[in-house]
Amino acid sequence: MSEFLELSFAGIALGSRYALVALGFVIIFRATGVINFAHGGLMLLGAYFAYALIATGMPFALAVVLAMLGTAAFGATVERVALRPLVGRPVYAAIMVTVGLLFIMEQLATTIWGHNALTLGDPWGLDTVTAGDVVMPVKDLWTIGLAALALAAFFVLLRYTRIGVAMRATAADPEAALAQGISAGRITAVSWAIAAALATVAGVTFAAGPNALSPGLSTVALIAFPAMILGGMDSPGGAVVGGLIIGLVQSLTAGYQEDVLPWAGENVHHVMPFVVMILILLVRPYGLFGTREVRRI
Amino acid sequence: MLAVHGLEVVYDDVVLVLRGVSLEVPTGAIVALLGANGAGKTTLLRAITGLLDVHRGRITKGEVLLDGDRIHGRDAPAIVRRGVAQVMEGRRVFAEMTVDENLRAGGFTRNRMQNREAYDRVMDLFPKLAERRDSTAGYLSGGEQQMVAMGRAMMASPKLLLLDEPSLGLAPRIVEQIRDIIVTLNEQGTTVLLVEQNANMALSIATHGTVLETGKVVKEGPAADLLGDEDIQEFYLGISGGDGAQRRSFRDVKSYRRRKRWGA
Repeated sequence: MSEFLELSFAGIALGSRYALVALGFVIIFRATGVINFAHGGLMLLGAYFAYALIATGMPFALAVVLAMLGTAAFGATVERVALRPLVGRPVYAAIMVTVGLLFIMEQLATTIWGHNALTLGDPWGLDTVTAGDVVMPVKDLWTIGLAALALAAFFVLLRYTRIGVAMRATAADPEAALAQGISAGRITAVSWAIAAALATVAGVTFAAGPNALSPGLSTVALIAFPAMILGGMDSPGGAVVGGLIIGLVQSLTAGYQEDVLPWAGENVHHVMPFVVMILILLVRPYGLFGTREVRRI
Repeated sequence: MLAVHGLEVVYDDVVLVLRGVSLEVPTGAIVALLGANGAGKTTLLRAITGLLDVHRGRITKGEVLLDGDRIHGRDAPAIVRRGVAQVMEGRRVFAEMTVDENLRAGGFTRNRMQNREAYDRVMDLFPKLAERRDSTAGYLSGGEQQMVAMGRAMMASPKLLLLDEPSLGLAPRIVEQIRDIIVTLNEQGTTVLLVEQNANMALSIATHGTVLETGKVVKEGPAADLLGDEDIQEFYLGISGGDGAQRRSFRDVKSYRRRKRWGA
């Protein structure tokens, strides 16, 4: 039993990172109707920004906050330069641009920081907390806490602030929102900035501690992808639920693979998120919480 | 005052929808814009509010003046800030948001103080919305949704309000309520351009009327004159002329459209 609880706890920690990344996908999709393939690149750059700041001797927490702001500004700039001119054009054009941006961002990171694994410092060490006979790493507790804080902040913004209401209006009916004087361009820029900041938190929690930071980090976004599809592409709550499901599935499959699926090989947990995604889409083509009809400008 | 001069609008570079429309909406007036489906009424509103881009439409000729300034070509938020608000056809409330949130979205271009004032005024105009403040807008009845849409537009405290078929799909009693509200907000100082297929309702409150057909103005004048006009009565009010009141075949109906003859 304690093994199951420990695996579940690790799954939730992993899932809360996926949730942050998946939410970023959803935020940009809601504002623009575009699936942003460059999101993994934003996460990668966010983590490297944090690394560069920590390397100057800055305290970890401050470095993360500044990296979030920096990546947010970077994301908004990229949107303004590379994607705004495509508003009103066919969506696939914008999607292909984001694919291109992903490769450019990955190359940018490699050119500046190289291929070697870098360490973000070890802010949380290998300490553990024991509750009953369940052992929980402090790093995972921090990850869950930070992710929960970031997610809560986003949902408060979406629900109570002027810009949050405007973001929801634009997601619901872009033309009607425009008719109220809500500038679609501004909403898109804000969406990119928020998504980039959340991606930075995800990137830092993936790379901190023993995991280390390397350009391969951006592929994590590909695993958050099923989380977004699973939850429904336009549902922020769905992204969080989807992220947690994918995290749990990965962690439990990795833990029990030898007993349950010995024939599948020990890397089967990499495939499981996509298996779950396909199974759920077969039953619910719009994901768990997605809207049936998704409109866009 | 809103003035439209010789406006031509083309969709997708090929479909000519407005062919030189001119229209004036004097400050303080209610002007009714009548016309059948496809006449170009909604397109005219889009051209005024800067929403043509979304539909890949373009103004190719003419101009839109608000108090003497050209406003065509500006983006929608800039025009809202100039004091022109629009209630779109089909209400288009933000279905998943509450009534209050819909209203807050409507006040996006205004500051907190202005919004508080506008909110109180909207609640006075639509007491029913005050009861429904926290309801999800998508679950309201059609009439209530129309009130949300109108209240949302009034949150911008517009000088000029454009209404696109507010009576569409509503029960006669609700249409009367909506009509009374239009009169009230006009008395409070909002100029109104009312697009309607329900000519009776529109002309009963309008000072002036304009009839649009296939992208051209075919008739205009004081609302009372239009109400008395034989053709208007026949096409828009469904009253056949004369004491005999026999039914007429559609074949005999006079058309404004000039038939072009090929050859000969």
